[in-house]
Amino acid sequence: MSNYALSHLQQLEQESIHVMREVQAEFARPVMLYSIGKDSGVMLRLAQKAFAPARIPFKVLHIDTTWKFREMIAFRDRIVRELDLDFEAWTNPDGVRDGINPFDHGTQRYTHVMKTEALKQALDRGQYDAAFGGARRDEEKSRAKERVFSFRDRFHQWDPKHQRPELWNLFNCRVAKGESIRVFPLSNWTELDVWLYIHREQLPVVPLYFAKERPVVRRNGAWIMVDDDRLPLLPGEQPQRRMVRFRTLGCYPLTGAVESTADTVPKIVEEMLRSRDSERQGRVIDNDELGSMEDKKREGYF
Amino acid sequence: MSGHRQLDELGIDAYLQRYGQREMLRLLTCGSVDDGKSTLIGRLLHDSQAVSDDVLAATRQASERFGTTGDDVDLALLVDGLQAEREQGITIDVAYRYFATDRRKFVVADTPGHVQYTRNMATGASNCDLAVILIDARHGVLEQTHRHSFLCSLLGIQHFVVAINKMDLVGWSEDRFEAIRAAYSQFAARLQVRDIHFIPMSATKGENVVHRGASMPWFQGSPLLDHLETVHVAGDRNLVDLRFPVQLVVRPDADFRGYAGTVASGVVRVGDRIAVLPAGTQSRVASIGTPDGDVPEAFAGMAVTLTLQDAIDVSRGDMVVAPNNAPPLTNTIEAMVVWFADAPLRAGANYLLKHTTVQTAAKVTDLRYRVDVGTLHRQSAPALAMNEIGRVRLECARPLAADAYGKNRQTGAFILIDRIGNATVGAGMIVERKTVDEAAHRRGASADAGSNVRRATRGRITPAARRQRLGQEPFVLWITGLPRAGKSSLAHGLEQWLFDHDYHALALDGELLRLGLNRDLGFGGADRWENQRRAAELARMNLDFGISSIVALVSPLAFERRRAREIVGSPHFFQVWCNAPLEVCEARDEHGLFAAARRGEIQGVTGLDAPYERPDDADLVLDTVADSAAANLQKVIDFLHQRGLLR
Repeated sequence: MSNYALSHLQQLEQESIHVMREVQAEFARPVMLYSIGKDSGVMLRLAQKAFAPARIPFKVLHIDTTWKFREMIAFRDRIVRELDLDFEAWTNPDGVRDGINPFDHGTQRYTHVMKTEALKQALDRGQYDAAFGGARRDEEKSRAKERVFSFRDRFHQWDPKHQRPELWNLFNCRVAKGESIRVFPLSNWTELDVWLYIHREQLPVVPLYFAKERPVVRRNGAWIMVDDDRLPLLPGEQPQRRMVRFRTLGCYPLTGAVESTADTVPKIVEEMLRSRDSERQGRVIDNDELGSMEDKKREGYF
Repeated sequence: MSGHRQLDELGIDAYLQRYGQREMLRLLTCGSVDDGKSTLIGRLLHDSQAVSDDVLAATRQASERFGTTGDDVDLALLVDGLQAEREQGITIDVAYRYFATDRRKFVVADTPGHVQYTRNMATGASNCDLAVILIDARHGVLEQTHRHSFLCSLLGIQHFVVAINKMDLVGWSEDRFEAIRAAYSQFAARLQVRDIHFIPMSATKGENVVHRGASMPWFQGSPLLDHLETVHVAGDRNLVDLRFPVQLVVRPDADFRGYAGTVASGVVRVGDRIAVLPAGTQSRVASIGTPDGDVPEAFAGMAVTLTLQDAIDVSRGDMVVAPNNAPPLTNTIEAMVVWFADAPLRAGANYLLKHTTVQTAAKVTDLRYRVDVGTLHRQSAPALAMNEIGRVRLECARPLAADAYGKNRQTGAFILIDRIGNATVGAGMIVERKTVDEAAHRRGASADAGSNVRRATRGRITPAARRQRLGQEPFVLWITGLPRAGKSSLAHGLEQWLFDHDYHALALDGELLRLGLNRDLGFGGADRWENQRRAAELARMNLDFGISSIVALVSPLAFERRRAREIVGSPHFFQVWCNAPLEVCEARDEHGLFAAARRGEIQGVTGLDAPYERPDDADLVLDTVADSAAANLQKVIDFLHQRGLLR
């Protein structure tokens, strides 16, 4: 810290902490969405720092689609225990009743019921007026336009054309009853920044991010992991063992692995620096059609 | 993500170490729809290898559907995010882009140039260190260039890069570049920007964006990216005035009571004596907690948790400062406001105001003027419509520890929130602590003080000696009349004639005065007189220098004109009345002044809703309806001849 200068990573860290403190101070019922992925992990670490020596003062919520990788759930339970989180997991009971799954109902319907609808249910139940999400603007084009404090109406909808102007670090935290704000403290972080921070902080992440031999099948040009026996094998498909890892984690049938030998954080960063593919490439839902993320976000998806 | 070479040389561990230490630069790009702004950013991302293969492939796919570049990938589509704007072919909101080089991480705020999106530009500019102003080399400096530059300067950006783009379409002409540079420099002299840098480029051809290229060998400067990597912005921060707005009290147990917040400016050290505003109670800093543990000192930009040696009452909205360097507490603030809402801002309206961590009720007590963002002219106005900018006075329910925005971007800024709909309706930048009334009071006091100041006579060069040196008998012509009566034309015509005949004279009209000397003044009664008083003082000084002045001001009131004559205090002061009836002035209304007043958009227009007292003591009366401008000019020249003031 010579010359009273902050590195870009420190600056991002301080700004994110400022955002979290502002939310805690101004909102009645904030909640943090926890997706178990690396961005959520960074967000939790920042929340620990923002309120230290006090514990994280708000509830941490996980939307469980029931199709997460098993290793993710195990990791989640460990973190909840270690950080002594005020934690809740929520699954859409209607989706469970109707047996909604990505194979019989298609990715769009499945995502809508088990993610978007489940999230809205959980937010309504908790009467949360602010919800932190780990989304970053560099992930996807429609995210690039979203505010750090993103207003949602009482139906949880985003109106990209009428966003509140957001100047300096003066955030407008006013909402009427039933309305809410989605808060994205990692807005200005890039994928590389996240990994650099994980490296600097020696943050634990789900082991699926590291390369290992795993049972996979080749499907639509991606490696899909056979995480449990719920994955219906198509004719001719034979699980094979490959050295793979995941750049992004979601529901296992919708998340493609990449072939890799990177089994440490520095190796992951090195691979990323040399690679020419973006991280959401492995996500099936984004590629459905042009602008699909924007449509989902308008409906209330994170 | 360039730097594979560096990665190869250093190895990953050393690379990570160095990479984490880079600075961050936030920049804003502004230009119109057609200046090639999105293409420029796309080019920066593409050529600095921040674009991944699958995104490039998707862009190629989109290019085929929406693109405007034939078979080439339309780089603008890397940047234009939302479906609606892809279809319209324009950028409609602020979009943020990220890329990094070995030296810096860049955050690019891409903001639209369209007139109705002033709010997005202000949003983007508020956090930026540097602005890239795009100019299409074919069109040169346009009104929108003025608008963008003014907004960036208003929002406190200190570093400008003027990117003169599409040089390929003007044959890479150095003359064209120089002409635009000269035109822009002339305009920018009126802005308060420290550092302006000009770069000729072609974003579509990739010249002078990331790589130099070979088409403009006459240009010796660096390409844009080089400049962005090296421009020094750390010095912009305020490290002098300690301001620490308390965000949150952290109290995990009875033993610990900390105050969390981000240091807005200045430096704070353990052991420092501090004061807490607004109460004014004092204590010393006991510890400073940061994300990396306790530290002995913290500075602007750091998110910290302070503990104090004494158990004094501190809560959110308080500000920790140095006792000997505290901002004044005031309920009244003067500010420039950018208006965002459909419903206009009017004097008398109530809003919520958020300043640092304080939220308070605030009332607009005065709308002093509106700024025409294209011409920088000030206009009297009853309301500020969406995307307009004006100067207001606000009365706050609780006192604010407010600094001027020019000195402190964090503690000089605020937003206005609609009390019912909760929308963010305006953004404000505090102009100065003192209200104009206080300033007027101070001026009055100093004017009185002036009577105690004796003029020293020792070694003084006499006005007579100066007159002799210049070989002329100077005079003051004070031209009065309704707006559009022909005062300024006459003043400038006479100035030209005098210049052509080897006389030294200066025409002073409202525009000239209000751009510089009188930029702090509004259009209200006291300010209008102050405008005239300063003009009269300036004319008196000119007289002492041996130079003539031709003052062209409406100067509607007889006693004000008499006071001007007294200030000048010379027999060579002459009052000229440009006499034209209101109907004629109104018919000449090419700037729409009267029309706007008739529509009720502005007030205080002389002749309509403000009085004009016809002079009965004019030394010369000109009929600017019956007689031509040339005939009237000749009459003035004859008049001056008769008085023996011309050779």
